[in-house]
Amino acid sequence: MCGATKGGLSLDGIDVAKESVIQGQVLRGDEPVGNAYVRLLDRTGEFTAEVPTSATGHFRFFAAPGEWTLRTLAPQAETVDKQVVAQKGVVAEVAIPI
Amino acid sequence: MSRDTALVTADWVQEHLDDPKVVLVEVDEDTTSYDKGHIKGAIKLDWTTELQDQVRRDFVNKQQFEALLSGKGVGNDNTVVLYGGNNNWFAAYAYWYFKLYGHQDVKLLDGGRKKWELDSRELTDELPKREATTYTAQEQDKSIRAFRDEVVESIGVQNLVDVRSPDEYAGRLLAPAHLPQEQAQRAGHIPTAANVPWSKAANDDGTFKSDDELKQLYTEAGVDWGKDTIAYCRIGERSSHTWFVLRELLGQQKVKNYDGSWTEYGSLVGVPVALGDEAGEA
Repeated sequence: MCGATKGGLSLDGIDVAKESVIQGQVLRGDEPVGNAYVRLLDRTGEFTAEVPTSATGHFRFFAAPGEWTLRTLAPQAETVDKQVVAQKGVVAEVAIPI
Repeated sequence: MSRDTALVTADWVQEHLDDPKVVLVEVDEDTTSYDKGHIKGAIKLDWTTELQDQVRRDFVNKQQFEALLSGKGVGNDNTVVLYGGNNNWFAAYAYWYFKLYGHQDVKLLDGGRKKWELDSRELTDELPKREATTYTAQEQDKSIRAFRDEVVESIGVQNLVDVRSPDEYAGRLLAPAHLPQEQAQRAGHIPTAANVPWSKAANDDGTFKSDDELKQLYTEAGVDWGKDTIAYCRIGERSSHTWFVLRELLGQQKVKNYDGSWTEYGSLVGVPVALGDEAGEA
Protein backbone atom coordinates (compact mmCIF):
# COMPACT_ATOMS: atom_id res chain seq x y z
CA MET A 1 0.00 0.00 0.00
CA CYS A 2 1.24 3.40 -0.87
CA GLY A 3 1.60 6.13 1.67
CA ALA A 4 -1.01 8.86 1.78
CA THR A 5 1.58 11.57 2.11
CA LYS A 6 0.84 14.99 0.71
CA GLY A 7 2.23 15.32 -2.77
CA GLY A 8 1.08 11.94 -3.98
CA LEU A 9 2.29 8.37 -4.16
CA SER A 10 5.78 7.38 -3.17
CA LEU A 11 8.06 6.96 -6.18
CA ASP A 12 10.52 4.77 -4.29
CA GLY A 13 11.88 2.06 -6.52
CA ILE A 14 10.67 3.63 -9.76
CA ASP A 15 13.15 4.86 -12.32
CA VAL A 16 11.22 8.03 -13.10
CA ALA A 17 13.68 9.09 -15.79
CA LYS A 18 12.64 6.06 -17.91
CA GLU A 19 8.89 6.24 -17.34
CA SER A 20 5.98 8.48 -18.30
CA VAL A 21 4.03 8.27 -15.06
CA ILE A 22 0.46 9.49 -14.61
CA GLN A 23 -0.76 9.27 -11.05
CA GLY A 24 -3.06 11.00 -8.64
CA GLN A 25 -5.89 10.76 -6.20
CA VAL A 26 -9.67 10.62 -6.42
CA LEU A 27 -11.34 12.86 -3.85
CA ARG A 28 -14.87 13.56 -2.69
CA GLY A 29 -14.38 16.92 -0.97
CA ASP A 30 -11.30 16.30 1.16
CA GLU A 31 -12.02 12.58 1.51
CA PRO A 32 -10.10 10.07 -0.60
CA VAL A 33 -12.31 7.69 -2.57
CA GLY A 34 -10.97 4.16 -2.19
CA ASN A 35 -13.54 2.34 -4.29
CA ALA A 36 -13.31 4.25 -7.56
CA TYR A 37 -12.09 3.00 -10.94
CA VAL A 38 -9.81 5.08 -13.12
CA ARG A 39 -9.56 4.28 -16.83
CA LEU A 40 -6.77 5.48 -19.08
CA LEU A 41 -8.00 6.33 -22.58
CA ASP A 42 -5.67 7.16 -25.43
CA ARG A 43 -5.95 10.22 -27.67
CA THR A 44 -8.57 8.51 -29.82
CA GLY A 45 -10.65 7.63 -26.76
CA GLU A 46 -9.62 3.97 -26.92
CA PHE A 47 -9.41 2.12 -23.62
CA THR A 48 -5.81 1.46 -22.64
CA ALA A 49 -5.89 0.45 -18.98
CA GLU A 50 -7.94 0.63 -15.83
CA VAL A 51 -7.07 0.44 -12.13
CA PRO A 52 -9.13 0.50 -8.93
CA THR A 53 -8.05 3.22 -6.53
CA SER A 54 -6.17 2.25 -3.37
CA ALA A 55 -7.68 2.73 0.10
CA THR A 56 -6.20 6.23 0.01
CA GLY A 57 -7.83 7.02 -3.33
CA HIS A 58 -4.58 6.82 -5.27
CA PHE A 59 -3.92 5.42 -8.74
CA ARG A 60 -0.91 5.21 -11.07
CA PHE A 61 -0.30 4.39 -14.72
CA PHE A 62 2.92 3.85 -16.63
CA ALA A 63 1.88 5.46 -19.87
CA ALA A 64 3.72 6.56 -22.99
CA PRO A 65 4.45 10.22 -23.78
CA GLY A 66 1.37 11.94 -25.21
CA GLU A 67 -2.15 13.11 -24.48
CA TRP A 68 -4.41 10.89 -22.39
CA THR A 69 -7.82 11.03 -20.78
CA LEU A 70 -8.48 9.76 -17.28
CA ARG A 71 -12.08 8.56 -16.90
CA THR A 72 -13.16 8.06 -13.30
CA LEU A 73 -16.13 5.96 -12.21
CA ALA A 74 -17.18 5.89 -8.56
CA PRO A 75 -20.29 4.81 -6.66
CA GLN A 76 -22.94 7.53 -6.47
CA ALA A 77 -21.00 9.91 -8.70
CA GLU A 78 -21.12 11.12 -12.27
CA THR A 79 -18.35 9.91 -14.56
CA VAL A 80 -15.49 12.44 -14.62
CA ASP A 81 -13.10 12.89 -17.59
CA LYS A 82 -9.77 14.69 -17.15
CA GLN A 83 -7.18 15.37 -19.84
CA VAL A 84 -3.53 14.86 -18.99
CA VAL A 85 -0.23 15.01 -20.86
CA ALA A 86 2.41 12.40 -20.06
CA GLN A 87 6.08 13.08 -20.63
CA LYS A 88 9.05 10.80 -20.22
CA GLY A 89 10.90 11.58 -17.01
CA VAL A 90 8.00 13.61 -15.62
CA VAL A 91 5.38 12.48 -13.10
CA ALA A 92 2.01 13.95 -14.03
CA GLU A 93 0.07 14.38 -10.77
CA VAL A 94 -3.70 14.62 -11.19
CA ALA A 95 -6.27 15.32 -8.50
CA ILE A 96 -9.74 14.13 -9.50
CA PRO A 97 -12.65 15.62 -7.56
CA ILE A 98 -15.93 13.74 -7.94
CA MET B 1 -25.55 -20.68 -25.29
CA SER B 2 -27.03 -17.23 -25.11
CA ARG B 3 -27.11 -14.18 -22.91
CA ASP B 4 -30.01 -15.69 -20.93
CA THR B 5 -28.09 -18.79 -19.94
CA ALA B 6 -24.50 -17.52 -19.73
CA LEU B 7 -24.90 -14.19 -17.99
CA VAL B 8 -26.60 -13.05 -14.78
CA THR B 9 -27.17 -9.55 -13.47
CA ALA B 10 -26.12 -8.14 -10.12
CA ASP B 11 -29.80 -8.18 -9.13
CA TRP B 12 -30.00 -11.89 -9.92
CA VAL B 13 -26.94 -12.56 -7.76
CA GLN B 14 -28.40 -10.45 -4.95
CA GLU B 15 -31.57 -12.55 -5.06
CA HIS B 16 -29.59 -15.81 -5.00
CA LEU B 17 -27.13 -14.99 -2.22
CA ASP B 18 -28.67 -17.64 0.02
CA ASP B 19 -29.49 -20.13 -2.73
CA PRO B 20 -27.65 -23.37 -1.79
CA LYS B 21 -27.47 -24.45 -5.42
CA VAL B 22 -25.50 -21.35 -6.42
CA VAL B 23 -21.77 -21.05 -5.77
CA LEU B 24 -20.26 -17.62 -6.27
CA VAL B 25 -16.60 -17.68 -7.27
CA GLU B 26 -14.33 -14.62 -7.37
CA VAL B 27 -11.30 -14.73 -9.68
CA ASP B 28 -9.08 -11.68 -9.94
CA GLU B 29 -5.91 -10.70 -11.65
CA ASP B 30 -4.97 -9.10 -8.34
CA THR B 31 -5.33 -12.21 -6.23
CA THR B 32 -5.57 -10.18 -3.01
CA SER B 33 -8.80 -8.40 -4.04
CA TYR B 34 -10.98 -11.11 -2.53
CA ASP B 35 -9.27 -10.72 0.82
CA LYS B 36 -10.20 -7.02 0.91
CA GLY B 37 -13.89 -7.87 0.59
CA HIS B 38 -16.03 -10.12 -1.59
CA ILE B 39 -19.67 -10.89 -2.28
CA LYS B 40 -21.27 -12.77 0.59
CA GLY B 41 -20.72 -16.50 0.32
CA ALA B 42 -18.22 -16.26 -2.54
CA ILE B 43 -15.21 -18.54 -2.63
CA LYS B 44 -11.88 -17.54 -4.17
CA LEU B 45 -9.95 -19.12 -6.99
CA ASP B 46 -6.34 -18.03 -7.45
CA TRP B 47 -5.63 -18.24 -11.17
CA THR B 48 -1.86 -18.19 -10.66
CA THR B 49 -1.54 -20.98 -8.10
CA GLU B 50 -4.73 -23.01 -8.48
CA LEU B 51 -5.49 -22.97 -12.20
CA GLN B 52 -1.92 -23.16 -13.53
CA ASP B 53 0.48 -26.06 -13.31
CA GLN B 54 3.31 -24.82 -11.12
CA VAL B 55 6.10 -26.45 -13.13
CA ARG B 56 5.27 -26.51 -16.85
CA ARG B 57 3.25 -23.90 -18.71
CA ASP B 58 -0.17 -25.51 -18.81
CA PHE B 59 -3.35 -25.87 -16.82
CA VAL B 60 -3.83 -28.17 -13.88
CA ASN B 61 -4.85 -31.60 -15.12
CA LYS B 62 -8.26 -33.23 -14.73
CA GLN B 63 -7.41 -34.91 -11.42
CA GLN B 64 -5.97 -31.69 -10.00
CA PHE B 65 -9.05 -29.73 -11.08
CA GLU B 66 -11.29 -32.34 -9.47
CA ALA B 67 -9.31 -32.13 -6.23
CA LEU B 68 -9.40 -28.33 -6.35
CA LEU B 69 -13.17 -28.07 -6.76
CA SER B 70 -13.87 -30.89 -4.32
CA GLY B 71 -11.81 -29.10 -1.69
CA LYS B 72 -13.58 -25.82 -2.38
CA GLY B 73 -16.96 -27.48 -1.91
CA VAL B 74 -18.15 -27.13 -5.50
CA GLY B 75 -20.44 -29.92 -6.71
CA ASN B 76 -21.16 -31.05 -10.25
CA ASP B 77 -24.77 -29.94 -9.91
CA ASN B 78 -23.98 -26.45 -8.60
CA THR B 79 -24.66 -23.31 -10.59
CA VAL B 80 -21.24 -21.66 -10.63
CA VAL B 81 -21.37 -17.87 -10.96
CA LEU B 82 -18.02 -16.26 -11.68
CA TYR B 83 -17.08 -12.65 -11.16
CA GLY B 84 -13.91 -10.64 -10.77
CA GLY B 85 -12.08 -7.40 -11.26
CA ASN B 86 -10.61 -5.99 -14.47
CA ASN B 87 -13.97 -6.13 -16.23
CA ASN B 88 -14.20 -9.88 -15.62
CA TRP B 89 -11.06 -10.77 -17.58
CA PHE B 90 -10.02 -13.52 -15.22
CA ALA B 91 -13.58 -14.50 -14.37
CA ALA B 92 -14.15 -15.05 -18.11
CA TYR B 93 -10.92 -17.02 -18.19
CA ALA B 94 -12.21 -19.19 -15.33
CA TYR B 95 -15.59 -19.53 -17.12
CA TRP B 96 -13.79 -20.85 -20.18
CA TYR B 97 -11.73 -23.11 -17.90
CA PHE B 98 -14.86 -24.54 -16.23
CA LYS B 99 -16.29 -25.18 -19.70
CA LEU B 100 -13.02 -26.79 -20.75
CA TYR B 101 -13.45 -29.33 -17.96
CA GLY B 102 -17.13 -29.81 -18.73
CA HIS B 103 -18.97 -28.03 -15.91
CA GLN B 104 -22.58 -27.85 -17.05
CA ASP B 105 -24.04 -24.83 -15.32
CA VAL B 106 -21.65 -21.89 -15.22
CA LYS B 107 -22.47 -18.22 -15.56
CA LEU B 108 -20.75 -14.86 -15.46
CA LEU B 109 -21.91 -11.90 -13.36
CA ASP B 110 -22.39 -9.09 -15.89
CA GLY B 111 -20.02 -6.25 -14.98
CA GLY B 112 -18.21 -8.33 -12.39
CA ARG B 113 -16.82 -6.86 -9.23
CA LYS B 114 -16.70 -3.32 -10.63
CA LYS B 115 -20.41 -3.16 -11.39
CA TRP B 116 -21.14 -4.62 -7.95
CA GLU B 117 -18.99 -1.96 -6.30
CA LEU B 118 -20.30 0.90 -8.44
CA ASP B 119 -23.81 -0.13 -7.42
CA SER B 120 -22.66 0.27 -3.77
CA ARG B 121 -23.63 -3.33 -3.07
CA GLU B 122 -22.32 -5.05 0.02
CA LEU B 123 -18.95 -6.78 0.27
CA THR B 124 -17.86 -8.85 3.25
CA ASP B 125 -14.61 -10.24 4.58
CA GLU B 126 -16.35 -13.20 6.15
CA LEU B 127 -15.09 -16.48 4.72
CA PRO B 128 -17.75 -19.01 3.66
CA LYS B 129 -17.73 -22.54 4.99
CA ARG B 130 -18.50 -25.21 2.42
CA GLU B 131 -18.49 -28.97 2.87
CA ALA B 132 -16.06 -30.82 0.63
CA THR B 133 -17.57 -32.58 -2.36
CA THR B 134 -16.52 -35.30 -4.77
CA TYR B 135 -16.24 -33.36 -8.00
CA THR B 136 -15.87 -35.18 -11.30
CA ALA B 137 -14.47 -33.29 -14.28
CA GLN B 138 -14.70 -34.28 -17.94
CA GLU B 139 -11.72 -34.65 -20.25
CA GLN B 140 -10.69 -31.26 -21.67
CA ASP B 141 -13.01 -30.06 -24.42
CA LYS B 142 -10.40 -29.34 -27.09
CA SER B 143 -13.07 -27.83 -29.32
CA ILE B 144 -12.72 -24.58 -27.37
CA ARG B 145 -8.92 -24.55 -26.91
CA ALA B 146 -6.46 -23.72 -29.68
CA PHE B 147 -2.81 -24.75 -29.75
CA ARG B 148 0.06 -23.18 -31.65
CA ASP B 149 0.16 -25.46 -34.70
CA GLU B 150 -3.51 -24.90 -35.39
CA VAL B 151 -3.01 -21.16 -34.99
CA VAL B 152 -0.21 -21.12 -37.56
CA GLU B 153 -2.34 -23.19 -39.96
CA SER B 154 -5.28 -20.85 -39.49
CA ILE B 155 -3.47 -17.80 -40.88
CA GLY B 156 -5.49 -16.59 -43.84
CA VAL B 157 -7.96 -19.47 -43.41
CA GLN B 158 -9.90 -18.90 -40.18
CA ASN B 159 -10.87 -15.73 -38.36
CA LEU B 160 -8.08 -14.68 -36.03
CA VAL B 161 -9.11 -12.05 -33.51
CA ASP B 162 -6.39 -10.25 -31.61
CA VAL B 163 -8.10 -8.65 -28.63
CA ARG B 164 -5.14 -6.70 -27.27
CA SER B 165 -4.86 -2.93 -27.35
CA PRO B 166 -3.94 -1.29 -30.68
CA ASP B 167 -0.44 -0.53 -29.39
CA GLU B 168 0.19 -4.16 -28.49
CA TYR B 169 -1.25 -5.31 -31.84
CA ALA B 170 0.98 -2.94 -33.76
CA GLY B 171 4.05 -3.97 -31.79
CA ARG B 172 4.57 -0.67 -30.03
CA LEU B 173 3.97 -2.30 -26.62
CA LEU B 174 4.43 -5.87 -25.43
CA ALA B 175 1.93 -5.76 -22.53
CA PRO B 176 -0.89 -3.58 -21.20
CA ALA B 177 0.20 -0.27 -19.71
CA HIS B 178 -0.63 -1.19 -16.12
CA LEU B 179 0.95 -4.63 -16.05
CA PRO B 180 4.52 -5.87 -15.84
CA GLN B 181 5.89 -6.31 -19.33
CA GLU B 182 5.86 -10.15 -19.37
CA GLN B 183 7.33 -10.50 -22.74
CA ALA B 184 7.46 -12.48 -25.88
CA GLN B 185 10.69 -12.35 -27.86
CA ARG B 186 9.04 -10.34 -30.63
CA ALA B 187 6.31 -7.72 -30.74
CA GLY B 188 3.50 -7.56 -33.30
CA HIS B 189 0.58 -9.78 -34.25
CA ILE B 190 -0.33 -12.91 -36.17
CA PRO B 191 -0.71 -11.98 -39.85
CA THR B 192 -4.35 -11.58 -40.98
CA ALA B 193 -5.63 -11.20 -37.41
CA ALA B 194 -8.26 -8.52 -36.91
CA ASN B 195 -7.67 -6.22 -33.97
CA VAL B 196 -10.79 -5.94 -31.84
CA PRO B 197 -9.71 -4.86 -28.35
CA TRP B 198 -11.72 -6.73 -25.70
CA SER B 199 -12.73 -3.37 -24.23
CA LYS B 200 -14.87 -2.58 -27.26
CA ALA B 201 -17.21 -5.37 -26.17
CA ALA B 202 -17.83 -3.83 -22.76
CA ASN B 203 -19.43 -0.69 -21.41
CA ASP B 204 -17.52 1.58 -19.01
CA ASP B 205 -19.11 -0.19 -16.04
CA GLY B 206 -17.84 -3.55 -17.27
CA THR B 207 -21.18 -4.93 -18.46
CA PHE B 208 -21.32 -6.41 -21.95
CA LYS B 209 -22.72 -4.40 -24.83
CA SER B 210 -25.95 -5.55 -26.46
CA ASP B 211 -25.96 -8.47 -28.88
CA ASP B 212 -26.68 -6.12 -31.78
CA GLU B 213 -23.76 -3.85 -30.89
CA LEU B 214 -21.47 -6.85 -30.47
CA LYS B 215 -22.47 -8.42 -33.77
CA GLN B 216 -21.85 -5.12 -35.55
CA LEU B 217 -18.48 -4.67 -33.84
CA TYR B 218 -17.04 -7.97 -35.07
CA THR B 219 -18.71 -7.75 -38.47
CA GLU B 220 -17.13 -4.34 -39.09
CA ALA B 221 -13.76 -5.71 -38.00
CA GLY B 222 -13.99 -8.30 -40.75
CA VAL B 223 -15.03 -11.40 -38.82
CA ASP B 224 -16.57 -13.86 -41.29
CA TRP B 225 -19.44 -15.52 -39.43
CA GLY B 226 -19.23 -18.53 -41.72
CA LYS B 227 -15.71 -19.38 -40.60
CA ASP B 228 -14.19 -20.81 -37.44
CA THR B 229 -12.58 -18.32 -35.09
CA ILE B 230 -9.57 -18.24 -32.80
CA ALA B 231 -9.20 -15.44 -30.25
CA TYR B 232 -5.90 -14.57 -28.62
CA CYS B 233 -4.30 -11.89 -26.49
CA ARG B 234 -1.11 -12.00 -24.41
CA ILE B 235 -1.70 -14.86 -21.96
CA GLY B 236 -5.25 -15.92 -22.85
CA GLU B 237 -7.31 -14.07 -20.26
CA ARG B 238 -8.59 -11.09 -22.28
CA SER B 239 -9.27 -13.44 -25.19
CA SER B 240 -11.43 -15.54 -22.85
CA HIS B 241 -13.57 -12.42 -22.51
CA THR B 242 -13.92 -12.24 -26.30
CA TRP B 243 -14.39 -16.02 -26.58
CA PHE B 244 -17.26 -15.59 -24.12
CA VAL B 245 -18.79 -12.87 -26.27
CA LEU B 246 -18.50 -14.78 -29.54
CA ARG B 247 -19.52 -18.22 -28.34
CA GLU B 248 -21.65 -17.73 -25.26
CA LEU B 249 -23.41 -14.45 -26.06
CA LEU B 250 -23.51 -14.49 -29.86
CA GLY B 251 -23.81 -18.26 -30.17
CA GLN B 252 -20.95 -18.89 -32.61
CA GLN B 253 -20.20 -22.59 -32.19
CA LYS B 254 -16.69 -22.89 -33.50
CA VAL B 255 -14.69 -20.43 -31.44
CA LYS B 256 -11.47 -21.33 -29.68
CA ASN B 257 -9.34 -19.49 -27.18
CA TYR B 258 -5.59 -19.65 -27.79
CA ASP B 259 -4.26 -19.51 -24.24
CA GLY B 260 -0.64 -19.66 -25.38
CA SER B 261 -1.40 -16.32 -27.03
CA TRP B 262 1.24 -13.74 -27.82
CA THR B 263 3.69 -14.79 -25.09
CA GLU B 264 3.94 -18.13 -26.92
CA TYR B 265 3.42 -17.10 -30.54
CA GLY B 266 5.77 -14.13 -30.29
CA SER B 267 8.54 -16.43 -29.08
CA LEU B 268 8.11 -19.18 -31.69
CA VAL B 269 10.98 -19.65 -34.11
CA GLY B 270 10.18 -19.22 -37.77
CA VAL B 271 6.53 -18.17 -37.69
CA PRO B 272 5.30 -15.09 -39.58
CA VAL B 273 4.73 -11.87 -37.63
CA ALA B 274 3.06 -8.68 -38.81
CA LEU B 275 3.98 -5.24 -37.48
CA GLY B 276 1.96 -2.05 -37.57
CA ASP B 277 -1.73 -1.32 -37.60
CA GLU B 278 -2.57 -3.38 -40.72
CA ALA B 279 -3.57 -7.03 -40.50
CA GLY B 280 -0.87 -8.15 -42.93
CA GLU B 281 -0.79 -10.87 -45.60
CA ALA B 282 -1.10 -14.62 -45.19
